[in-house]
Amino acid sequence: MSSADLASERDLPPEREASVKGDIAPEHDGPRDTGMDDAGLHRWLTRTWRTPPGIIGALSSVDHKVIARRYLITAFVFLCLGGLNAVAMRIQLSGPQRGLIGPDLYNQLFTMHGVTMMFLFAVPIVQATGIYLVPLMVGTRNIAFPRLNAFSYWIYVSGGIFAWVSFALNMAPDVGWFAYVPLSGPEFAPGKRADVWAQMITYTEVSSLAVAVATIVTVFKQRAPGMSLDRIPLYVWAMLVTSFVVVFAMPAVMITSTFLILDRLVGTHIFNPAEGGDALLFQHLFWFFGHPEVYIIFLPATGMISAIIPVFARRPVFGHLGLVLSLIAVGFLSFGLWVHHMFATGLPKLGASFFTASSMMIAIPNGVQIFCWLATLWDGRPVIRTPLLFVFGFFFIFVIGGLTGVMLASVPLDLQVHDTYFVVAHFHYVLIGGSVFPLLGAAYFWFPKISGRMMSERLGRWHFWLAFIGFNAAFFPMHLVGLWGMPRRVYTYPAELGWGNINLFISAGAVVFFLSFVLFTFNLAHGALKGALAGDNPWDAGTLEWATSSPPPSYNFARIPIVTHGEPLWAEREALPVATGLRVDVRELLISTVAEAHPDIREKSATPSIWPLLAAIAVGGTFVYSIFTPWAVAWGAAPIAITLIGWFWPKGDPEDEE
Amino acid sequence: MTRVASMALATAGALLLQGCAGWQSALDPKGPAASELAWLIWFFTGLSALVWVLVMIALVVPLMMRSRAQAEPLAIDAGADGRKLRVVMTAVGLTALILVGLTLLSFFANRTLAAIGSDASLTIRVTGHQWWWEVRYEDATPSRILTTANEIHIPAGEPVRLLLTSTDVIHSFWIPSLSGKLDLIPGHMNVLDLKADKPGVYRGQCAEFCGAQHANMGTFIIAEPRAKFDAWWNDQLQPAAAPTADEAKAGEELFLKRPCVMCHRIGGTPAGGTVAPDLTHLASRQTLAAGTLTMSRGNLAAWIADPQGIKPGSHMPVVELSGDELNAVVAYLEGLK
Repeated sequence: MSSADLASERDLPPEREASVKGDIAPEHDGPRDTGMDDAGLHRWLTRTWRTPPGIIGALSSVDHKVIARRYLITAFVFLCLGGLNAVAMRIQLSGPQRGLIGPDLYNQLFTMHGVTMMFLFAVPIVQATGIYLVPLMVGTRNIAFPRLNAFSYWIYVSGGIFAWVSFALNMAPDVGWFAYVPLSGPEFAPGKRADVWAQMITYTEVSSLAVAVATIVTVFKQRAPGMSLDRIPLYVWAMLVTSFVVVFAMPAVMITSTFLILDRLVGTHIFNPAEGGDALLFQHLFWFFGHPEVYIIFLPATGMISAIIPVFARRPVFGHLGLVLSLIAVGFLSFGLWVHHMFATGLPKLGASFFTASSMMIAIPNGVQIFCWLATLWDGRPVIRTPLLFVFGFFFIFVIGGLTGVMLASVPLDLQVHDTYFVVAHFHYVLIGGSVFPLLGAAYFWFPKISGRMMSERLGRWHFWLAFIGFNAAFFPMHLVGLWGMPRRVYTYPAELGWGNINLFISAGAVVFFLSFVLFTFNLAHGALKGALAGDNPWDAGTLEWATSSPPPSYNFARIPIVTHGEPLWAEREALPVATGLRVDVRELLISTVAEAHPDIREKSATPSIWPLLAAIAVGGTFVYSIFTPWAVAWGAAPIAITLIGWFWPKGDPEDEE
Repeated sequence: MTRVASMALATAGALLLQGCAGWQSALDPKGPAASELAWLIWFFTGLSALVWVLVMIALVVPLMMRSRAQAEPLAIDAGADGRKLRVVMTAVGLTALILVGLTLLSFFANRTLAAIGSDASLTIRVTGHQWWWEVRYEDATPSRILTTANEIHIPAGEPVRLLLTSTDVIHSFWIPSLSGKLDLIPGHMNVLDLKADKPGVYRGQCAEFCGAQHANMGTFIIAEPRAKFDAWWNDQLQPAAAPTADEAKAGEELFLKRPCVMCHRIGGTPAGGTVAPDLTHLASRQTLAAGTLTMSRGNLAAWIADPQGIKPGSHMPVVELSGDELNAVVAYLEGLK
């Protein structure tokens, strides 16, 4: 491992100078960017970092931006499919005793809606945004473990295809997105539907764990020199905390789904009360993952809000430290709330009351975030553009969802509203208000960076108002119909209960909300083809992703920036100071220290490879096969081993010389 | 934004008035538990609405007061930020106070609810099945133990204790106008105490997704004055009325010969199945198939002829009967008062 021998073109502040070890690069080491002219540097870096041409080349890509784009598009497709599920359900529920959809299909529809939105849309899209933005925001050339990152995409997309092919074959899961036993157990769910649920969980969890690991390492070790912990952008902090939550939460659900498969396939009785197992164990295990899952979806969105608000409020965010501490507090507290999903199971009353207190407590750090954002907006008149409109929509909607969340935290109150449409309303207010609205704002905000073109502001406003009105029309009345006694997950309801009119209203709202996404899709396509050219920094934002061209080149930054401020582009108006000394003929990254981001060593970054795809095919095949026989694990081991050997085969690179 | 909000509120208000008339509504309480909970719901809602309005004011009012953007993003007025810090800290402190208050409130409400059944006069065992409710009245005298289905008669004004469990999947027992819900979990026994202040019929339905016919798993609490309730219990203990008309007699014979007898019990006859609802006094109930159809000759015939059309996926099979046979069976069942 070579010691870092970076020389900065500008003098580093004294406290960081000591860490820049070594002298001028030895000549035999290959060409470096030191003193190279811009055109030459561009040629070298492009040749080194580009994704190889051709189909094999495209499938071998390890460029975080290429992978992230694929993730984003795939997740958007799943969003549309999940939305179509919802529209079908709303048509069935638009009146009492409608016969359009029977219970067998309806139960598959709401299960697929939940599974698709949670596992195939929400988690992947927030992680994909992170895959795209985190390396740019921390000023590095690629994500850590780029091949693992590519692998995660292939696993994710094959899991999604697996679920939706099952749906097309009328064997989609029909037991709800949390698939409680015994309903999903061997006795009450014959066939393969529940296995599809359990195995799809495995796919998506493997992929999100991989992304989480890559994100954590990128944030800890690949930050640009000078980006000490207090200068890390809040969005990056949010992705870091989220990734840790993923690492600690996802294993719980993988255990849950694996236990379920064991019960179904091998005949264990882990969840079977008749043989000494316990049906409630499943719920504890599931919600130990399930509640943090909500924050896995929500925390990245708070990061997006923290990125958008300062740009349009024209000042750094108020209470940066408070916001960071809130993110960390929410990350920790999210693991102490799971029982509030189980108040109706008859747990001991005193024990349940503790979870009332812990569930209430998480409202405090979330309140801190809301208040700090509001305070950021108080200084001057913010520049109101579509991204900020969606952030305003977030405030309007999410605060309602948060407050109904406080209601659900109360044990006695929860017993009236649990498993009713009130809860359906609550979590759509939290998830759509808290995550989808910020994501839409983020789409308008970062679209120019990804595509190089602006989306239409006029269509954006139409889109916002359509989405805002449609959403509230569809989901606000659900609070009421829930209090009037309508349980969730019913495919029909009797006319005499008087829920017909309000359900028709809800369905109309749902259609308007769906149309807003049609308009959004049009705006995306229109922007990508005909939008005005964006330039590097169309919003005059302060973070590093705006320092490079739009779209960024394959190597992200021609020279690695040196960070001197939390909003580096605002602090260094003329030009960012840069660090030099990286080789240009091989993929080389600058590795820095965790806390202070002192430049530490130079490290190779993996080159494009087809093996992650082949490994994903082997793993995915094993997963599908293993819903039919436990021997799939044995048969699958060989192809997986072969692909992993190919993946990690030593190339004799001079990586570890010197 | 405010215009939209007021429109939404107006719509909500109109709908609210309509909904309160419902007989399965948490906002229309008919017993002490539901009353306590309705009060709690309104209190939480009122406070939440207040907090929400304050947050919206903090968002919207400064937007309208300021006229121009900050010129230089890094030129921050330290004094102004110091004042903001005090505002934010105050808001956080208030949030914490409100949350502590709400936590205590819900804790004490829980104690109130727990006290309701301390002197319950009656214990009823409710067992969930896909997709109906087995109801067993416990009594110290074995001959007075009574098993029925789906409709739970209770004496009005007296607390009763329900013991909840399940033999198949998880269900949840919920009568919104009387009490909050509680799950029926195989291998567990849950205790729900409730009381109806006045005589009346209170509808509820299964609240935990339990498979194909989760939507059609209704139940009723029928609260009656004590004397009427005791009379009902005594009536229900009697074996089924023997049919007198020829058609009904033929119907009984068919019932006992055909697969019906495998699953259903009719007291006083050889029919002793226990996997499906007890039919001894079927015709005394108000509904069929767990609240799916109202009790009538036509609906009885429809249910027997086409259970999979009415409750797709239900465990009631189609039993092949000719038109005359169907009429005979219906005539017999109709007489089981």
